[in-house]
Amino acid sequence: MIEVMIEILPKKDILDPQGKAVLLALKNLGFQNTSEVRMGKLIHLSLQTASEEQALEECKKMCEELLVNPLIEFYRMEIIRP
Amino acid sequence: MTFGVVIFPGSNCDQDAIYTIASVLRCNVKTIWHQQSVLPELDAIILPGGFSYGDYLRPGAIASRSPIMKAIKSFAGQGGLVMGICNGFQVLIESQLLPGALLRNESTRFISRQVSLTIENNQTPFSHQFQPNQSITLPIAHKDGNYFAHPELIRQLEENHQIVLRYQNNPNGSTGNIAGICNPRGNVFGLMPHPERAFANWLGSSDGLIFFQSMLASMEAKS
Repeated sequence: MIEVMIEILPKKDILDPQGKAVLLALKNLGFQNTSEVRMGKLIHLSLQTASEEQALEECKKMCEELLVNPLIEFYRMEIIRP
Repeated sequence: MTFGVVIFPGSNCDQDAIYTIASVLRCNVKTIWHQQSVLPELDAIILPGGFSYGDYLRPGAIASRSPIMKAIKSFAGQGGLVMGICNGFQVLIESQLLPGALLRNESTRFISRQVSLTIENNQTPFSHQFQPNQSITLPIAHKDGNYFAHPELIRQLEENHQIVLRYQNNPNGSTGNIAGICNPRGNVFGLMPHPERAFANWLGSSDGLIFFQSMLASMEAKS
């Protein structure tokens, strides 16, 4: 079993109101050094592929076809090793 | 004339649309389950509002990949009228039948109230019974209605007269105050406000009915 983590974040030029609201709450708590918060999604997948390359290739297709909206989001993938 | 109303798991304005079509407009209406892959004989399709699949992943994303959407894409490709309301608009965007994206409202809040809008294009099959630049009132009820498009796309939309409806006082942060757009051909239309909740004055406005009446008149003219 190969495990892959896909991290999806809103692009820099996209307004992230959720991140902005959390930033405000952090500042209210006294975390004045934080200048930006951006919030996205984390997806963990388990795949039964022959190789890690094949798993990543399949995940890339999943991102293109469903998981990511390239107009407003970007993503990166990583193999999770125990 | 027969309308089809598509039902996804989590649709919750389907009955409002069915009521408007059957009891107010007095037309036939068929319900279409999202797992169907073949459409019955229809003249127009409504994608209703709601929270299909609980808005998981992105609003409309999972519904837009359901089996019925292939048939709806070919129906639209043949020039059939498709109107997506609220979540239905999000589904049309996620299916790439309409361009752009719908983001979380600028305020991060769910907004439910009457808004004033301007008809920007009264030459579409959905809006031809409005006066040019007519001011109308419709309810909105959404959390992810903030229409996003890059300047290049906005320019294209304006050039092709694809912007059908604009907010008079932007409630959600939408680019260019956009509330509803159509495709270049004009037969696919999506809007965040709810015309099916505005078919009589006792509801606060009857302006929504004009969209359905416009559709009916276009369908009758075609047949």
